[in-house]
Amino acid sequence: MSLRSPLAVVLGRGAAGEGVGHWWAQRVSALCLVPLTLWFLVALMRLPLTDYAAVSIWIASGWNPLWLALLLLSLVWHSRAGVQVVIEDYVHAPAAKLVALLANSGAHLLLLAAGLYALLQLLLRNSS
Amino acid sequence: MRERPLSPHLSVYRFQYTMALSILHRISGVWMSIGLVALVYWLASAAAGESEYGLASARLGSWWCRVLLLSWLAAWCYHFANGLRHLAWDAGFGLERLQARRSARIVVVVAALGLLLAAYLLFCPRAGGA
Repeated sequence: MSLRSPLAVVLGRGAAGEGVGHWWAQRVSALCLVPLTLWFLVALMRLPLTDYAAVSIWIASGWNPLWLALLLLSLVWHSRAGVQVVIEDYVHAPAAKLVALLANSGAHLLLLAAGLYALLQLLLRNSS
Repeated sequence: MRERPLSPHLSVYRFQYTMALSILHRISGVWMSIGLVALVYWLASAAAGESEYGLASARLGSWWCRVLLLSWLAAWCYHFANGLRHLAWDAGFGLERLQARRSARIVVVVAALGLLLAAYLLFCPRAGGA
């Protein structure tokens, strides 16, 4: 006999009260990060990193800002999901867990906003 | 409230190297999450202008920042290789014990090669910059 209500079974929600969305988000962002991180690291290797003009032009040229935005988005998404699972596994006190989870989401949101804002500034300055 | 049974009790299992690889996946992931700050700092400094970027790239190029960058690159090499292993498992492949142990050894070799390549790129004089 199952203790789960028929509705819970249909919705596919586990003990956490949510479905498999978190699991999928982690896998999908992982798949996105396979080509994106490879592309970014190869690009960094080829760039003269101390040359400001070269770097700022590269960031804003062609499809690069799009790939960089997607890289930031997938990195933050994947990183937040990963740290969240670690917190849920190792922080047991309910209050501390809530605070840690909120801090995790807040820090990642802040990083994403700052990264995208910087990208936008570079794009507007170098695309004219 | 009554004490509920907890799991997993990791300490009751005999240690196997695949366990070390498993926890290393989490450690490398959390470590790279901290590295996100460096990535955003680099982007923000480029957005702030030439003098700020010069300062940031001098900082990121300092020897102790190169050590940090090396640790993040090494973490990426490991997490990337082991992540592909996890994705294969999620798709239902390579779950047999022998297969999992063989793929573990491959991951270690790939990560070690990546670490050497990253160390060469970061610390050989021709690499230039951070």
